[in-house]
Amino acid sequence: MYENLETADNQQNLKRVVIDPVSRVEGHGKVTLLLDENNKVKQARLHIVEFRGFERFIQGRPYWELPVLVQRLCGICPVSHHLAAAKAIDQLVGIDPDSLPPTADKLRRLLHFGQVLQSHALHFFHLSSPDLLFGFESDISKRHVIAVLNEYPDIGLQGVKLRKYGQEVIRMISGKRIHGTGAIAGGMNKSLSKAERDYLLEDIDQIIEWSAGAVELIKKVHCSNLPYYDDFATIATNYLGLTKNNGALELYHGGLRAKAANGDTIMDHVDYGQYNDYIHEEVRSWTYMKFPYLTALGQDKGWYRVGPLARVNNCDSIDTPLAEQARVEFKQHSANPMVHSTLAYHWARLIEALHCAESIKNLLNDPDIMGSDLVAQGEKRFEGIGVIEAPRGTLFHHYQVDENDIVTKANLIVSTTSNNMGMNESVRQVAAEYLSGQELTEPLLNNLEVAIRAYDPCLSCATHAMGKMPLQLELVNAEGKIIDKLVKHSNGQTERNLI
Amino acid sequence: MHKPVLIFAYGNLSRGDDALGPLLLEYFKDKIDPNNIEILSDFQLQIEHALDLENRQLVLFIDASVACETAFNFTKLLALKDKSYTTHAMTPSAVLQVYQDIKKQAPPPCFLLSIQGISFELGEDLSQQAQINLQLAIQFTENLLTNNQINFWTQQIENNIT
Repeated sequence: MYENLETADNQQNLKRVVIDPVSRVEGHGKVTLLLDENNKVKQARLHIVEFRGFERFIQGRPYWELPVLVQRLCGICPVSHHLAAAKAIDQLVGIDPDSLPPTADKLRRLLHFGQVLQSHALHFFHLSSPDLLFGFESDISKRHVIAVLNEYPDIGLQGVKLRKYGQEVIRMISGKRIHGTGAIAGGMNKSLSKAERDYLLEDIDQIIEWSAGAVELIKKVHCSNLPYYDDFATIATNYLGLTKNNGALELYHGGLRAKAANGDTIMDHVDYGQYNDYIHEEVRSWTYMKFPYLTALGQDKGWYRVGPLARVNNCDSIDTPLAEQARVEFKQHSANPMVHSTLAYHWARLIEALHCAESIKNLLNDPDIMGSDLVAQGEKRFEGIGVIEAPRGTLFHHYQVDENDIVTKANLIVSTTSNNMGMNESVRQVAAEYLSGQELTEPLLNNLEVAIRAYDPCLSCATHAMGKMPLQLELVNAEGKIIDKLVKHSNGQTERNLI
Repeated sequence: MHKPVLIFAYGNLSRGDDALGPLLLEYFKDKIDPNNIEILSDFQLQIEHALDLENRQLVLFIDASVACETAFNFTKLLALKDKSYTTHAMTPSAVLQVYQDIKKQAPPPCFLLSIQGISFELGEDLSQQAQINLQLAIQFTENLLTNNQINFWTQQIENNIT
């Protein structure tokens, strides 16, 4: 591990390099490197530079507004917040997950599979494929999806259509692309009509085929660059996520499972309603994003990673055949019980996308999704906790309400927050192993962004801020004078000003 | 079946003046000719929105803008590889470029109505100035939709007095 690079000694004698903000992630992040006179990295940090209190925004609102309101937290994963909030407010009307009518449960799962599919497609095809197909240090003019469309037109177009299909699933179920009201307390507000079901069935075989092709593509990219892909930004960590009762991959509802870096089980089948007993959050002075950790292991050893890599590592199987076959190949490529390669996030992400596509087909062929038993009611409660596996990882929504159904307390732990330490460690690994001692150039610095992007971070969610995307690198010498400056403007244009 | 005219607003209702576009759509929701005009809204533009341009005769994008120096601004869009697609939020010109790249044909005539916004903080209502700007933009759009012909829309660029 690279914790020794979190805080350098004698900082006043070091050069500072800033990547501000990190591009192709959602939100506003900044990387700083402190270098000595030989360009050796002495400190590396991923900072979150803005903060907005979304929890405060929620307080004082009636609970039934939450599934719609929380979607405005993020333009990338609104459905994940919608469903996590819905699971929490189910409990406020006395409904536990097992008591949800089967039609409502399956519609929510279908909605979630659509969301994860479109989010994973966006990330891989639009944001990461330029790095993966053209190389991390390729000409900056190539590192974008338009270049992918030009040079790999079939892959680019498949990415567009996969994302579009996932959004059509969302639109059919919730009535709108965004701000939909599909999930309500205790169930869903509508089922699918036969026409809507048939419309989605028309393309699903093609979607599965493209998803399977994407898994093959990333497997080829990854395995043709071994051992580089297995080493770059790689850190051995704990992993957290939901699984089914039988240990299979679960994205909508299950028990919490945590595994150690050596594959040993730290905890399993934990009721997420008790999450406060198992997970705490630490604050550090240099960033607004918190650092969650497993209480049993403490702050130093208890941090963990979440998201596709964690889920595919943690589960014992996947209950759809093509994704299961892909999972087995994924695990077999590594000699270790757990795959720690940070770039393997991409591979795991596409296995999940394939699982989503297969699961969507299964659910579309289940008559329950056209059923009419949509809502259950129970005894009012004053506290609700909803947890879901969002595209980027485990997402916690926790609410308390008063006698008048007004939210008095809200706590959200978003996926990117759980990956905070992992992202910082990956940045340090890349800084120490790939940058240290070299003259820093934009292509070299892109390596840091590649490491961060593998996590598909949503800094907007993690900090509840909305960022713009200019990029600024400053090289400052030991006397504190700026000696070089690279600016990437918000329209993507880059210029270098030698001072 | 795609309707010939698309009005596409983007922005987040809970981020102050970023709501200008969606609020303008909200006003027109029940006033437009549903046989000829489709309205769509999203948080931000992304690559797949290129597919929403298929089989259209006219497209109007509506967005809040801090760069707008008047209450609103009406322009014709050109496909442009401006690299905004390196982020989660693309410009409308970049969406047109994607359309051109994947369809191998020119996009339909597309226009952008930018409405001046001042403050975009989470949980804020529209600023006072944005409320005024919204009313002016609504009047402009009402006039625009009286004649859904490219010549008329192009003429409004010249008449765009704010």
